[in-house]
Formats: sequence, C-alpha cells, structure tokens
Amino acid sequence: MTPDQIDALITALTIFTLAILVGFAVISKVPATLHTPLMSGANSIHGIVLVGAMLIAAEARGGISQALSLIAVAFATMNVVGGYVVTDRMLQMFRKKAAAPKPAADDAESAS
Amino acid sequence: MTTLDVIEILVRIAWLAGAVAFVIGLARMNSPATARNGNLVSAGGMVLAIGATAILILGRQQLAPESFGIRASSWALIIGGIVIGGGLGLYTARVVKMTAMPQLVSLFNAVGGGAAALIAIDDYFRLVGGGEVRLDEHIFIVLDVIIGSITFTGSLIASGKLQGLIPGKPILIPGGRLVTVALAGVTVVAAAILFVTGTPSLPLIALILAAALVFGVTMTLPIGGADMPVVISLLNSFTGTAVAMAGFVIDNPVLIIAGALVGASGAILTKLMADAMNRSVINIMIGGFGGGDEAAAAGGPEGGSVRSLGADDAAIQLAYAQHVIVVPGYGLAVAQAQHAVRELAELLEDRGVDVKYAIHPVAGRMPGHMNVLLAEANVPYPQLKEMDDINPEFERADVALVIGANDVTNPAARRPGSPVSGMPILDVDKAKSIIVIKRSMGRGYAGIDNELYTNDKTGMLFADAKEGLAALTAAVKAL
Repeated sequence: MTPDQIDALITALTIFTLAILVGFAVISKVPATLHTPLMSGANSIHGIVLVGAMLIAAEARGGISQALSLIAVAFATMNVVGGYVVTDRMLQMFRKKAAAPKPAADDAESAS
Repeated sequence: MTTLDVIEILVRIAWLAGAVAFVIGLARMNSPATARNGNLVSAGGMVLAIGATAILILGRQQLAPESFGIRASSWALIIGGIVIGGGLGLYTARVVKMTAMPQLVSLFNAVGGGAAALIAIDDYFRLVGGGEVRLDEHIFIVLDVIIGSITFTGSLIASGKLQGLIPGKPILIPGGRLVTVALAGVTVVAAAILFVTGTPSLPLIALILAAALVFGVTMTLPIGGADMPVVISLLNSFTGTAVAMAGFVIDNPVLIIAGALVGASGAILTKLMADAMNRSVINIMIGGFGGGDEAAAAGGPEGGSVRSLGADDAAIQLAYAQHVIVVPGYGLAVAQAQHAVRELAELLEDRGVDVKYAIHPVAGRMPGHMNVLLAEANVPYPQLKEMDDINPEFERADVALVIGANDVTNPAARRPGSPVSGMPILDVDKAKSIIVIKRSMGRGYAGIDNELYTNDKTGMLFADAKEGLAALTAAVKAL
C-alpha cells in the first residue's frame, strides 16, 4: 500500500467509527413509542446506497455490469422512496393526534 | 482548479450536508412532536445527496468524457432504475395497510441490502483480470457481499412469514444447523483463500455469494413469527453495515456515515426488543424456546380455576367503572381490532369513564407498533401510556381490559424460576378487576400458563379480539 492509500483507509475507518458512536448517542434517546417509525426511518436512510448505485451505473460497461447496476439503482430507489413515504404515513398519524389532544380532564389525570 | 474539481468539492460538501441531515433527522425523531419534521429533514438530506450525485455524473460526462467514459446509455440505466424502483416503492408504500407495515419495512430492507451487495459484485467484475487485489479492498468486498446477501434473503423470508406467504411457525430443516455451520465454514475458507492469495477469483466470490444467500434463508426459517420483529431489526442493522462496507468498496464517505448510523440504530433497537422479551438476541437466532405464534397454541383450559365471563356482564363492569386501563397485545394486532377498541373506548368516555391504554414495549409485532396501530384508529395520543408510566396506575383502575396480551401480563415474571422471570410486565393483576378477551386458554410465546387468568379477580371473555370488542360495544350501547 502507498502512503496515500493508507491515509485514505485510516480516514475512512475513522469516519466509520465516529458515525457508529453518533448513531448510538442519537438513537438511544428515542422513546419506545417511536421505535417502529424510527426503524422505518433508519431503513430509509440506508437507501443512501442509491448514491453508490448511481455511480457504478454511470461507469457500467458491458451487459453484466449494466444489468447489475440497473437492478442496484432500482432496488436502492425502492428503499429510499418507499421508506420515506411509509415513515411519513406513520408519523402523520401521530402528529394529527398531538395537534388535537383530548380536552383538559385527561391531561390532569395523567399528570397525577 | 478546473471546473470539474470545483464540482467534485461542492458535491462532497453536499454529501456531508446530507449526512448531517440524517443525524439531525434521527435526533428529531426523539419526540412525537418533532418526529415528522425529522423524517422530512432526513428526506431532504437524501434528495440533496442524490441530486448532487446526478450533478457529479453530469459534470464528469461533460467535462472529462475520456477519463470516465460516461455515455448516454448510463443515464438510461440510472433514470430507468429510478423510475422502476421509485414507482414500486411509492405504490407499495401508499397502498399498504398499517397492519401490514412491518413486512413492507422488511421488504424495503431486503432491497437495500441487495443493492449494497450488487455494488460489491459489480466492483469485483472490474477487479477480475486486473492483477492483485489489496487485502483491505478484498476484505470490504467480501464483507459487503456476505452481509448484503444475508440481509437480502433473510429479510425476504421475514417479510414472507409476516405476510403469511411462508408459515409463521418455526420451520426446522432436518440437519438445518449442520447446513448453517457448513455454509459458514465454506464462506470462511473461500474468503481466507482470497485474502491470502490476493488474486481475484470469480468462482470463489460466487461461492461466497451463494453460501451467504442460502445462509440468510436457513438463518430466518427456523425462527417463529412472534420473533420476527427482533429479526427484522437485526437485519436492518445488517443492511446499514452492508451499506457502510459498500462505502469502503467505492470509497464514498456518505455511504460509510449513513450505513454506520443505521448499523448502530438497528443494533440498539434489536437489543431493546430482545431485552423487553427477556431473551438474548443469540437465543432468538438459535431458536431458544422454539415456540410459535400464540394463535397456533389453542388448547383447552389447563390448571387453576378459570372464570368465564359473558359480554353483558363485562359491559356492566366497564360502563360503571371510573378508571379503565386497556392492555392491547399481539392478539389485537393479529385480529386488526384497533378500530373496534377505539369505538368501545369512545363509548365508555361518553359515559364519563376515564380510559387509558397501557402499551408494553413489545406489544404488537414491532416495538411501538401498537402505538402506530392505535394512532391509525384515531386513539388520542395522550391516552397511550408507556409501561413505566402506567404501572403505578393499575392499583387505582377499576377494570383492566386485556385484549390478546399474554406473557407481558404474567405475574410469574416477578418470581425467579419461570421462563419469563425478570421480564418487565404490566402490573395488570393489581387492578380491582380484570377482563381478558382471548380466543382460548392457549399459551403465549413463552409456552407457560398465565397466572393472571386464574386470578380470582379475572373474568375471561373467550372470543376473537375483534368479535369480542364488537360484542362488548353492542352490550354497552344496550345499557
């Protein structure tokens, strides 16, 4: 390995490790109520793989590579679009409730 | 600096901004009030990252046609793939019923993992015949192929089980464990040969791919339907990791950051879910109890004396109570009775009864799934109480209405020596009286009798959750 390659590898590993720590820190605060939307939201985020799929599709040569990258782009887009839409559908229902809570009596009870 | 250099820098900054949006988006999902906004922030980051990538490809095509060789046909692949995948994703996400949502999340997870594996496979085709491959490149490619493939087939099986296409019961293949171990062995040996020789080999990577695909199936098939939430969460974490590996393979920082974020989140969720069921993740993956769905175990009454209750008697108890706590469980989710329970609760509230819902962390099919189902049925969000908040209130409750919940209410969990010991439970037995709607005396996931059902204060209303609630609603109306 050349010094440049070593640098690049160490940089990538550093980013990877710090991102894992950020993930732990951010996500451990989420209440159980939101776990399903969170799982769905996290599921959409790994749709970022679409960026990679687009880059390999751009330079695809030959039938096999073209077929592989077409499927990769389609898979990744399905992940992104479906993931965000279904997460939004779930969260929309929560927000509607929060905007129109039951009147006073309930809240007084729950505060006790 | 050439124009293309400027574009490359700006695109990288846009990717970084996208990654920041993902982190902020996840942080805003902490509270119901900001969660939807958080998802939009995250989606905005995604659009930014994808748009920047399109500009990068366009810039490379226009400004450096020789070095990248991007042609018009490349755009056909990209646009074609986006239209096909986007159309499928949009359609399924919009038409799916909220009760079928876990299997859809699993399906989206499968294709995400598949895309990550395909990136590594495509990259490998370029390396073959190009001389020696560096060890670190080889490691990331092999890990991406293995993890991506396992999550692809594993998530498809999990989705099929939840959808009912594949039986939810644990499917035990004769010698299945042996097959699983053999597959793992084949993968390790093939990977070791690649790492040591450094020579790219299509047959070996194909062998690893095939072994990992089959491994995903043999890993998921023996796990019962009730454990699928934990498995989906684990596979979600796997996909994140596979995407991070893909980031290493094509040297792309935004894939590494986003993948690692999801890998960490999935791992935490998986642990939380397994903890709430008093099981370890390893236990589930190996098939500890080996049990199946609650519905599958429909036996007659066993041990203790059980008091059966009619809908009319139960309705009177509910209608003249002051505080009622509803305890919804897996049975309610399966029977899709969330609208029926809301209807009954509203009727009771009109009569001046205070109604709350006690939500166990693993009620339903995924953590938080019960909240989603009840929210879909227009149950006011403030009425949903998490376990720690509601447990002290059971003592003051006149009636606890348990609907299709079993193990999470079993007082045996407070004593050592039972399979559910130590599992956090809802203190339903502390309520002044208890009504349980359940199809039969069948055992829950843990495969033990529930002492709650033989408690003197408990009346059993034997019915499917939906029918039982409809009968109760009709009886309350008639009062």
